[in-house]
Amino acid sequence: MGSPMGARERLKSFFQARYNLGGLGELVTHKTVPVHGHSLWYYLGGTTLVLVAVQILSGLLLLLYYRPSVGEAHESVRLIMTKVEFGWLVRSVHAWAANMAILSAFIHMASAFFLKAYRPPRELTWVTGCLLFFLLMGFGFTGYLLPWNTLSFFATKVGTEIASSVPVIGKVLSTFLRGGADVGDATLSRFFWFHIAALPVCLFFLLGAHLMMVQLQGMSRPLSVRSERAMPFIPNFLLRDLAAWSVMLGIVLALSAYYPATVGEKADPFAPTPAGIEPEWYFLWMFQTLKFFPGHILGLEGELVAIVAMGLAGLVLILVPWLDRPAARGQAHWLAWLAGFLTVFYMIGMTVYAKWFIARH
Amino acid sequence: MWPAVSAWAAPLNTCAECHEMLEGQTRGPAALFQVDVHSKRGLTCADCHGGDPAAQDPTLSMALEKGFVGRPARQDIPGFCARCHADPAFMRRFNPNLPTDQYAKYLTSQHGKANAAGDEDVAVCTSCHGVHGIRSAKDPLSPVYATNIPGTCAVCHTDADLMKRHGLPVNQHWDYAHSVHGQALLVAGDRGAPHCASCHGSHEASKPGAIAVGNVCAQCHSLSRDLFAASPHKMVHEALGLPECEVCHGNHAIQKTSDEMLGTGPESFCARCHEPGSKGFETAQAMRAAVEDLKARIQGAEESIQRAHHFGMDMEDAEYTLHEASSRLTQTRAYVHSFSIEKVKSVAGEGLAHADEARKAGEKAVEEVYFRRKGLWVTVALLGIFVLALIAKIRSMDKKGPTHSG
Amino acid sequence: MRADRPGARGFFITRRSFCQSALNGSLLAILAAAFYPILRYLKPPPGVEAAQSSVVAAKIGDLKPNSAKIFRFGNRPGLLVHTLEGELKAYSAVCTHLNCTVQYDDASRSIWCACHNGRFDLKGQVISGPPPRPLENYEVNVRGEDVVVTKTG
Repeated sequence: MGSPMGARERLKSFFQARYNLGGLGELVTHKTVPVHGHSLWYYLGGTTLVLVAVQILSGLLLLLYYRPSVGEAHESVRLIMTKVEFGWLVRSVHAWAANMAILSAFIHMASAFFLKAYRPPRELTWVTGCLLFFLLMGFGFTGYLLPWNTLSFFATKVGTEIASSVPVIGKVLSTFLRGGADVGDATLSRFFWFHIAALPVCLFFLLGAHLMMVQLQGMSRPLSVRSERAMPFIPNFLLRDLAAWSVMLGIVLALSAYYPATVGEKADPFAPTPAGIEPEWYFLWMFQTLKFFPGHILGLEGELVAIVAMGLAGLVLILVPWLDRPAARGQAHWLAWLAGFLTVFYMIGMTVYAKWFIARH
Repeated sequence: MWPAVSAWAAPLNTCAECHEMLEGQTRGPAALFQVDVHSKRGLTCADCHGGDPAAQDPTLSMALEKGFVGRPARQDIPGFCARCHADPAFMRRFNPNLPTDQYAKYLTSQHGKANAAGDEDVAVCTSCHGVHGIRSAKDPLSPVYATNIPGTCAVCHTDADLMKRHGLPVNQHWDYAHSVHGQALLVAGDRGAPHCASCHGSHEASKPGAIAVGNVCAQCHSLSRDLFAASPHKMVHEALGLPECEVCHGNHAIQKTSDEMLGTGPESFCARCHEPGSKGFETAQAMRAAVEDLKARIQGAEESIQRAHHFGMDMEDAEYTLHEASSRLTQTRAYVHSFSIEKVKSVAGEGLAHADEARKAGEKAVEEVYFRRKGLWVTVALLGIFVLALIAKIRSMDKKGPTHSG
Repeated sequence: MRADRPGARGFFITRRSFCQSALNGSLLAILAAAFYPILRYLKPPPGVEAAQSSVVAAKIGDLKPNSAKIFRFGNRPGLLVHTLEGELKAYSAVCTHLNCTVQYDDASRSIWCACHNGRFDLKGQVISGPPPRPLENYEVNVRGEDVVVTKTG
């Protein structure tokens, strides 16, 4: 009986003789994961990663039948959902895993914030993480339009309209996003390009950098944890990761089987905007904030102020490692905690209110 | 030839100059005549009323030698208009499409006959078309524009005193306005829907006559009429001197049909003549049963598809089949007018086949949903075993080499 | 139960090796469960070239002059007519009166609805009967062997 170990060893030595894999192996095997009361949060990065992997795989499969043009987009999605075997599964998984990825990334980010994982020397891990989160939202925004149904058409119309109120570059930005003056065939091609070409390239480099940093520096230990206990990343933590991924996969599959993605009505650009237009849930809090903003603030246009404020908020988020000076000195300041708490509370509150508000009216 | 400029404003129209200054009935209808189709074609007062609009002296301008006609007596109005409107050569210069037989038709109408007999009550041209403000029948503001016709007829035909003098009822407009045709024309604004003149004629207005009513209906409802003509009812109605469609559907108050009209129930029309036990009674029951059966099966198919929709399945194929079934139901209802259970059943049968196919498609889709869920639970079970095995492995690993200090 | 000798793979298995084989087995099963739908997904769906706002209504030569066929357009029927003059025309086959499916009448060279005898000319306009509106016209193009019908507007 040919020993499998023998075969594995032979393969290993084949590569070892040609490429110096020692350094890479060292890097992977020496990483450890701290063990403490907050270890649970370490899994969220992994689940986000595996969900992104599911997105890439299911997205590649969808590309086989999807056609990015106004004449065919909706019809090809309908074809995937009805005629292609297991097409409903592939598309539903793509839709649900997208939502779960955003959710998982958000929790990952919030836990990194509250555990102050952005402390030196991990500032850039935080920055790339923030950018990755924005990127995921970009994926969500562009992917939402691709089935070309009424809801997504008008949500995109509103979304790109908001972009036009950005100071100075607003008009240019909105035209750039739409590929023209209005949402139409050009917008669909463009969003498709963002979704499967431009954003994935950005994702590749940012995710690579993010993972490399984590790998080089290891996981951060929270300030409150004094213990030095840790476990090897391979195999101890990886096996635990695998279990978490399996659970996540099960959840995505169950959601896909019980609540398959819908096709909706084909978008009619000449139809009046239907009532109850809403973006994906993760944009709702922003959407609602814009709605709440008064028309004019101190002589400025309310929408403009809101957009500038949100842009600044994004910038502040990226700059957190440098703004939270006490954390860099190893102190937990109550102000950072309060700011984080209020932000999360505001986002969740606004989302819940918007859902409730839109459902009621 | 005819003056090219709007004659009312022209300097040589002394009719207007004087009559604008008069009071009462002799006052010139300047504003009204502005919108008049005759005015727009360049006609002036003198073109109808005669006389010389160029003459300054009233005795000259209204001299009989100059062809002055003045105001025609009511009874003479049809003839007054017909001087031009019954002359094809003359009318061709203005509108070659306009018929010139209105006067001839009018003479044959109830109105025309009574007018000739000296009845002052009846309608003359101006009763419907107006006077001095006459608009083209294609103008939506014209009293004889399709949607305005019922109201125009009603001016006289709802006048109780007037109708009483002639022994006529006054409820036709009320009945019509509440009928399916009246609602289509007056409420929905569908100008294809029939109005008074569609059945009675306009200039030739009279009662259509018992048998002729069917021919009027057949202008649109031709299939029902054809089926009826080939049915056993045709002979019986003829022998009894009964009208056709009207017997069941009525005339002015024709209502939207319902399935209740068919069969032997309390609302049924069939049971009014056909006694229980007779062949007609049985056929009526069987036809109603065929319609109800198809309706029930279509509803079953709809529910089945709805259930599949509820599970998020796309049912385009089944909806197409269901559409065919509904189409056959409509056709079945028309085929009732054949009064032949074989014909009705053959059309309904096609509908039943489509409905069953649609229902099965819905059921299959729901089965597919359950299959998907089963597949899910198998996968979840596999994932569960995997996770449990992982946990077992992790435990044994932790036991062997516990977490170390980094 | 412990096996007497190391490496014995007899009737009895160790708890550890059971766990290991459960792990390997379930992992394999999961991979199979993932690949099975993917392989099925890659198989092109039968009979459907592409679903679009246009549809292949017929092959060229399917229709003799002065004949027609009903084709499916989404969840509604369409009517493709090959006129006596050799022109191809397509309409929505849904009658504007009560949504029955219309058909071509080669004797009168018009489109006819069996439900209430509504009649349309080959421009889709109402000739007679109860239909209140003309039939919706579709665009016809010939692409190779295929007669492609497209919804306009």
